[in-house]
Amino acid sequence: MKLLEWLSQPWPWWVAGPLIGLTVPALLIIGNKTFGISSSMRHLCAICLPTKISYFQYDWKKEIWNLFFVVGIIFGGIISSTLLNDPNPVQLNPALVKELHQYGINNYTQLIPIDIFNWQALLSVKGFILMIVGGFLVGFGTRYAGGCTSGHSITGLSNLQWPSLVATICFMVGGFIAANLFLPFILKF
Amino acid sequence: MQTKNTNTDFEVRSLDAMCFNESELVHPWWFNFKYLFAGIFFGIILIKAQVISWFRIQEMFRLQSFHMYGVIGSAVVTGAISVFIIKKLKIKTIYGEEIKFYPKEFSKGQIFGGLLFGFGWALTGACPGPLFAQIGIGATVITVTLFSAIAGTWVYGLLSKKLPH
Repeated sequence: MKLLEWLSQPWPWWVAGPLIGLTVPALLIIGNKTFGISSSMRHLCAICLPTKISYFQYDWKKEIWNLFFVVGIIFGGIISSTLLNDPNPVQLNPALVKELHQYGINNYTQLIPIDIFNWQALLSVKGFILMIVGGFLVGFGTRYAGGCTSGHSITGLSNLQWPSLVATICFMVGGFIAANLFLPFILKF
Repeated sequence: MQTKNTNTDFEVRSLDAMCFNESELVHPWWFNFKYLFAGIFFGIILIKAQVISWFRIQEMFRLQSFHMYGVIGSAVVTGAISVFIIKKLKIKTIYGEEIKFYPKEFSKGQIFGGLLFGFGWALTGACPGPLFAQIGIGATVITVTLFSAIAGTWVYGLLSKKLPH
């Protein structure tokens, strides 16, 4: 039981980062698979929405492993929130807490702000932009860029691919603009 | 062990992150359970390090915490050392297959798509992996975000030939 309690605390970056990095060789060694998560959404499109779009016409059966991996992530979430649940609120920089307080975000019991991410909020302008427009941009943008944080920033950079560095820099630039210039405006709604 | 030609759609798919490096072996479907376990471990790491937290993403983009930079930076360093060792020692898969690496081609999509994804990342506080993890920790409303991301993927597929690359 002591072990579970110990594991339930938030893990420092120097434990989690190397473990995430080791996912790259782990997947290569257990089956010659390239670590990348956003492709799973492409496979779901190819499987569930049979159309004439050539982008979705490929042998998705070979890529099924990717869907097993993301289903695993969901199970990992269930285990983390039950067996390894941390009851303490998220510890953040006080400057962020102060800023978010202005927008009525005060609940830090979950890893996501349930004040603004909930089913009722979905129909508000703010919730629509954060969850639906944001989600759309994640799906469209990762496919257009040919990968996400895992495929480009971790796998691509690990293999010293400069196009992945370009992609990673653009991810960060887009995020900086959205978080600092656009988001404060949206959260005031 | 059988092998088959898997390169038929390599050209279409080579634009993608998933495409370098493919196993040529054909295994029964239940071999995929090892990836389920890999995913479980990966999901637990993401959550326990709070990488899936909208709050932590906001801190990162406001330069208010080193945490996310430490996670991504040390992940890249570990990944790079691992890839270097695999190449240097010509390490094979557990089935004795050679591990191959293919270069990624540059396309303007990495700029335009990258900026759009970055924008979405700051809004949702999640990249694709964390979307699945957030659903797992019980944030059921994120299924809507995931469906929206799948819709975005589909729209990209629809328009891909018309977009600048």
